[in-house]
Amino acid sequence: MFDQLSGKLKTVFDNLSGRGRLSESDVDEALRGVRLALLEADVALPVIKHFMEEVREQAVGESVLKAVKPSEQIIKIVHDGLVNVLGTGEDLNLRMQPPAVILMSGLQGSGKTTTTAKLAKRLKEKDNKRVMLASLDIYRPAAQEQLAVVAKRVGVDSLAIIEGQIPTDITKRAITEAKKNGYDVLILDTAGRHEIDQTMMDELLAVKKIAAPAETLLVADGLTGQVAVDIATAFNDKIGVTGIILTRMDGDGRGGAALSMREVTGQPIKFLGMGEGLDALTPFEPERLAGRILGMGDVVELVEKAQQVVSEEEAEAMQEKMMSGKFNLLDLKKQIQAMQKMGSLSDLMGMMPGMGAMKDKVDPSKLDDKMLVRQIAAIDSMTKIERLNPHILNAKRRKRIAAGAGISVNDVNKLIKSFETMQTAMKRIKKMGGLGALANMMGGGGKMPFMK
Amino acid sequence: MGFFEKLGLKKLTKGLEKTASSLKDNVKKALLHKKLDEKTCAELEEVLIRADLGAPLADSLISSLRKEKFEQDISYEEVQKHLSTGIAARLNPVAQELNLPTDKKPIVLMMVGVNGSGKTTTIGKLSQIFKENGKKVMLAAADTYRAAAVEQLNIWAKRVDVPIVKPEKEGADPASLLFKAYETAKQENVDILICDTAGRLQNRQDLMAQLEKMVRVLKKQDETAPHASLLVLDATVGQNAHQQVEAFKEIAGVTGLIVTKLDTTAKGGVVVALADRFSLPIHFIGVGEKVTDLRPFDAADFAKALLE
Repeated sequence: MFDQLSGKLKTVFDNLSGRGRLSESDVDEALRGVRLALLEADVALPVIKHFMEEVREQAVGESVLKAVKPSEQIIKIVHDGLVNVLGTGEDLNLRMQPPAVILMSGLQGSGKTTTTAKLAKRLKEKDNKRVMLASLDIYRPAAQEQLAVVAKRVGVDSLAIIEGQIPTDITKRAITEAKKNGYDVLILDTAGRHEIDQTMMDELLAVKKIAAPAETLLVADGLTGQVAVDIATAFNDKIGVTGIILTRMDGDGRGGAALSMREVTGQPIKFLGMGEGLDALTPFEPERLAGRILGMGDVVELVEKAQQVVSEEEAEAMQEKMMSGKFNLLDLKKQIQAMQKMGSLSDLMGMMPGMGAMKDKVDPSKLDDKMLVRQIAAIDSMTKIERLNPHILNAKRRKRIAAGAGISVNDVNKLIKSFETMQTAMKRIKKMGGLGALANMMGGGGKMPFMK
Repeated sequence: MGFFEKLGLKKLTKGLEKTASSLKDNVKKALLHKKLDEKTCAELEEVLIRADLGAPLADSLISSLRKEKFEQDISYEEVQKHLSTGIAARLNPVAQELNLPTDKKPIVLMMVGVNGSGKTTTIGKLSQIFKENGKKVMLAAADTYRAAAVEQLNIWAKRVDVPIVKPEKEGADPASLLFKAYETAKQENVDILICDTAGRLQNRQDLMAQLEKMVRVLKKQDETAPHASLLVLDATVGQNAHQQVEAFKEIAGVTGLIVTKLDTTAKGGVVVALADRFSLPIHFIGVGEKVTDLRPFDAADFAKALLE
């Protein structure tokens, strides 16, 4: 999708560079592409409309920066806008006389029970809280048993099940028990209910009145479509929500529901459910989700990481060296090491614009982190003269290096080959004389040394 | 098999009516201008998008409306008729009864889908329908992963009064459970074996591999099994349904869809786009938690309800 989006934006803006400011029609054209991307990500239409107005206002008249392409600039404005709307992640607010009650709510099948267990585990292990769980789901078969089982799995207590007791009575009993036994936190898991089911919503409200919860969390499926706004609005209006947890965010959905729900309720997204394991609950990070909604990978993260790892002067010196044709194997080693610091190759792939979607399709065996280790070992096993003058590496030397590094001659050959490819490319760029061309080569197209 | 017909189900549900009413208001609002101008077209397109039909399909439906009626006076009824005809045309070919072979015993039916889509509840309802039609049903509790999932199915089995094959312990291999269930069903002369499976996200390769293995094990006993592999889709789902169908079709050979939770405000409109793209039959819709809340899918009703 990012490929589509960035492609679209690129066409729009190809002729724009140097024209000074982003005009209204430029921006409108670009935003049409953004709108489609957001729709595809299941962001609700009213939310998109509101969002686009704001972005448009910001983007029109913005000076076109020399350093970045206008299309990138628009994406940046959209991205920052998304981050802004998504708000910051917030932890649970349980500052009150214990037991602090957390009330879990949501539709059927949104993942309340699993999330309840995950929260309990987190509170117990990270915050050292004594936690008790209680299930008020007297409707779905075996729902109460399910909570009891997961409570056991995460090592917290759950309220004994008494058949036939109604939710409000279970709530009262749970609070009494929690007080009596000195629990810090009581999490009430409730039955799934539709936001338009008045009887069930009334029941939830009655429970809430008794429980006076510190947190009322709406647990919603991250794969929800346009109806996300209706669900969130109804739960917030009818029972009052203090936070949102999006589940199934480990799926390949784009998670637009998060934006919709946050926008219409104004309540923070507190956590994301990232898997079936009971510790797969992660705090919410708006930057990451913004990138995902736009389908652009974590561009921001990639840029930031790159900034951290390679200081600007270092990068400039390296660039100069490359351009002057004096780039040698020692420099390549520095580059490889910088890359290693940024994370595993598949992580890096996911962060690269346009590569996110490809991540699953790339054969992981072709992205070999060990390859980097082997390449460094090879360079380390060379003599100083060899490192500076790779052209002298004949078969005999290569064999010695392979033996010294504990790798195969083939690995050494591959290293030399990719080094030579880079060198040739470098020379070509020098002829063309453009740093922009260099950037293009580094961004894509150019075969990096870690690709087999 | 055709035995659903005689149930004479009231097809248009309260849930769908509920779904429809908000759309109806929106369409009416969009037509305040009376004339089919740019603004009205844009608003009508939004109505369709908000029903989760997806931008490309909404665009194509509105384009065809434009072609005929642009800049002309148009009534609400005309718009509704035009759009619902377009939607029904896409849904008609997929509105198919669940056809099961008559020469297999047991007939194996497998339920697949992401977590929380409503597989277990749907199995409970399906069992009831089969049973009422004189079939001997058996359930296989192959969701050995989720806590108390086996117990949940067990309660349904008791409710509907059908036998169930359960794993001996938690976390047991679901493929071996299916093997055992098939053997048992065969011995006990069961007509239809319905296999529950654990919910899984379609991008989880490990879990999809497990599902593949379950299918493989069934095929060892009867190479034509599973005779129906039904993907259960939650009507609240958005565009990710496309990826779900794609992946489950490939791994579990999905033969048809069931759309659940249509008693909510969810429009389930994505199934129209799915019909367009995958041509997979839609057999049933789920409209509630009761055992009787499973209805045959009817294209015209669905289309009409989306816009009425």
